[in-house]
Amino acid sequence: MADSELVAHLMRRGGFGATPADVARFEAAPVSAVVDYLVDYDRVPDDVDSKIGQSAYVGVTAGAGAFSPDTNIEHARQRWLFRMVHSQRPLQEKMALFWHNHFATAYSKIAGAVGSVHGTKMMALTRGALPGPPGQIELLREYALDSFQTLLFEIARDPAMVVWLDGRTNFRARPQENFAREIMELFTWGVGNYTEQDVYAAARVFTGWNLSARQGPANNNDPGAYYQFFYNPNQHDASAKRFSFQIYPGGDKTIPARPAADGLRDGMDLIAALAGHPETAKRLARKLWGFFISEMESPDPRFVDAVAGAYLANDTRMKPVIRYIFGSPWMLDAARRWTRYAWPAEYVARAIREVGWTGLSVDSARTPLTNMGQTLFEPPDVAGWSLGTGWISTGAMLARMNWAATLASNQRFNLSRAAAAARRTPDDFMGFFLGRLTPAPIDSVPYDALMAYLAGGASWPASDADLVAKSAGLAKLLVGSSEYQFI
Amino acid sequence: MKISRRAFVRDGVTAFTVGFAAPAFLNDIARAQGARSRNLVVVYLSGGNDALSTIVPYQDPFYYSRRPAIAIPPGQVLQIGSDSGGRTLGLHPRLTGLRTIFNEGRLAIVQRTGYANSSRSHFQGVDIWGTADPRSPTGLGWLGRYLDTLPSPVDPLAGWNATRDTPRALVARTVGVPAIPDVRLYSLSSPNTPAEAARERAAATEMTSYAPADRPHLALVNGSALSALSTLDRVAVVGTYAPTVTYPNNGFALALRTVAGSIVRGIGTRVYWVSTGGFDTHAGQGVAGGGAYATLMSTFGDGLAAFYADLRNQGLLNDTLILQFSEFGRRISENGSEGTDHGAGGVMMAIGGSVRGGLYGTAASLDPSPSNPLLENNGADIRFETDFRAVYARVLEGWLGTNSTSILGGNFLANAPAII
Repeated sequence: MADSELVAHLMRRGGFGATPADVARFEAAPVSAVVDYLVDYDRVPDDVDSKIGQSAYVGVTAGAGAFSPDTNIEHARQRWLFRMVHSQRPLQEKMALFWHNHFATAYSKIAGAVGSVHGTKMMALTRGALPGPPGQIELLREYALDSFQTLLFEIARDPAMVVWLDGRTNFRARPQENFAREIMELFTWGVGNYTEQDVYAAARVFTGWNLSARQGPANNNDPGAYYQFFYNPNQHDASAKRFSFQIYPGGDKTIPARPAADGLRDGMDLIAALAGHPETAKRLARKLWGFFISEMESPDPRFVDAVAGAYLANDTRMKPVIRYIFGSPWMLDAARRWTRYAWPAEYVARAIREVGWTGLSVDSARTPLTNMGQTLFEPPDVAGWSLGTGWISTGAMLARMNWAATLASNQRFNLSRAAAAARRTPDDFMGFFLGRLTPAPIDSVPYDALMAYLAGGASWPASDADLVAKSAGLAKLLVGSSEYQFI
Repeated sequence: MKISRRAFVRDGVTAFTVGFAAPAFLNDIARAQGARSRNLVVVYLSGGNDALSTIVPYQDPFYYSRRPAIAIPPGQVLQIGSDSGGRTLGLHPRLTGLRTIFNEGRLAIVQRTGYANSSRSHFQGVDIWGTADPRSPTGLGWLGRYLDTLPSPVDPLAGWNATRDTPRALVARTVGVPAIPDVRLYSLSSPNTPAEAARERAAATEMTSYAPADRPHLALVNGSALSALSTLDRVAVVGTYAPTVTYPNNGFALALRTVAGSIVRGIGTRVYWVSTGGFDTHAGQGVAGGGAYATLMSTFGDGLAAFYADLRNQGLLNDTLILQFSEFGRRISENGSEGTDHGAGGVMMAIGGSVRGGLYGTAASLDPSPSNPLLENNGADIRFETDFRAVYARVLEGWLGTNSTSILGGNFLANAPAII
């Protein structure tokens, strides 16, 4: 049976925090009911975007013109935040965030190469909204729990990735190593498993993996034009490529010479070998440990073995892997609650869900997120963000505290109306806020500081003015507290 | 006055907090630790700088044969003479400001810096340069270990990181170096009146002074938040700095301007960290001395030139040492995208009033013959000549006045170039 604390834990880890409705629904239900709700999200319609603009939900800011999240990157960022706040498929957004960090691709380089409209389309176009293939983030959402091998293959042909890691200039005569290096160093098994010569061979494997422009030059900011993946056999190195590791199940280390027309198979063979390798399974397991279980202890080898085993036994499919993790003893261990540093996007989404959003636009979080160190669609480099303590610096903590102030200021009248019933004593008041906001447990020293704050300059029962001021001040202190920065 | 210090190390994570300390007291610490004394400004060129385009071997025929598109024409380079091996060299044409500094004898260029078995990975490379430990590049940074040698309690502003993320090099055991990408954003806001805002700040300071030994990660976050709260007022003073020169309008130059303000205001910072990116030039580096790489050089050179002029006008040149590095140099031969892939040996520079300018080390012949001993990776990359830790050692001993052997885990002074 799940108690309310466990439900909240699973919803923080698998999503962006539990709503009171979530707790009511799953409290006293079997743990598997919460896990199935999170993992089997394809039973729930993916209709969150249709709620954008409706009054019951957090707002968006279009600026001049219409809200255009398929062609305007600032709008795309707002749409993703909106999804994190309101999606009924929270694990899908959570996994999209995980993969966005794993296949870290930055919009600015894409836009520099193809312009802002096509750059946004490559990052965020929803399937079918405009001509052209879906944006990278939609790919990550669609394949979030699919097989990793399939996802890797899709990513290798994803227009944003092809631009990002210079696939467009990977020519037969002059191979380009950028994608070849990162697919091994960062996307699959990591440094130490391959040689420099393997990087050069892998670069030749992906020669000719390029893009073609459709319906116009496609850098003219025409939303109807687009780029799509294009395999150019004339630029493919058709000769054999020898690796230091096994490519084929029989042990063969050489991708054979084959006609250029069939050269796409080179990449499929290499991707299959990398995705299915036990070292890739282990590396993904270690990353999933940090993402879902704990950043405060190194991965338990038994967890790594179990998760890597599940990954390999299921032909690299992620859904059984994630389901296993959520039902595993490591996830259910109460001692591992609050052991993960909240990413800025997670922090902001959870804060909005808990403090409230009536009259708020998610756009108010856009610049603060940059100051916290996480601009969506703009990871600092292909290795993704520096996680864990990497989020925590003085400047970033100021940005988090200041976002808490912005949100509390925006919501102070909503908050004080809701808190009015608890205005009699500071204890009642604190109780109300700790029921609504979810920091990690607050020890007596900071708790006393909060109580002293409530007493300072106010008389209780609180006057109307004090009620508003202390509601805003306490919400700011709690959401801006260090305790709140963990999930 | 109540001071409590606790440090915890767990999983390589350091948690540190200082109990509540008033700004005035911190100024005392700063003065005690020598405000307006020597400072080091580290400039990191992020992405792996193509050293052969920065310091151009323009009389090496292989430079032109291996870089038919992106080589800088001989007529454009800014000549700076020859190195001790007799190789004639020139600066990138956009580095006019640095050439002036070179001519004044205040720019030292250390060629072919690096280490054995150079990592071609950005991330491993950055960690190796950050920890100064090619074998085990995790844990504390080399500058962090220096900060740990300062008398306790270490001023939170002893280190100043002008980028958003704390670089490995500045990870210290005893102090969390503040990240101050923009002084204007280094302030605290409130939903309430000034009187209520002061109560909030007092509560936040009290809350973040809490350093529970059994919750080291909470203590770490509290330490960062408290560092912010206790340095706000001093950093705000820097925001009012009016420089003596006009800095270019880009992030790198504005960060240098802030650093100049901090030096002039006597904050007492010992180590500054500034970075400019875009050096991972796999494609479109530019031809005929122009293009993307030229833009990078303008940003780098013009920013440093303004900073140098500002400090000279303030009479602070002799207090300042600028040290530039990047995680690796790039492949000698250009690729098919008019770019260059990850390579090995690179270039370091030092600038300052106490620098002994000139060309240190020797340029390699770029002859691709596998028998060329100055290259590696089958003639593809530059083999290092000067261990980067030798340069670090010279800076630690000759500038920061500390024992380099304990900080670097070995004595690298034997072959250290005498740049200061």
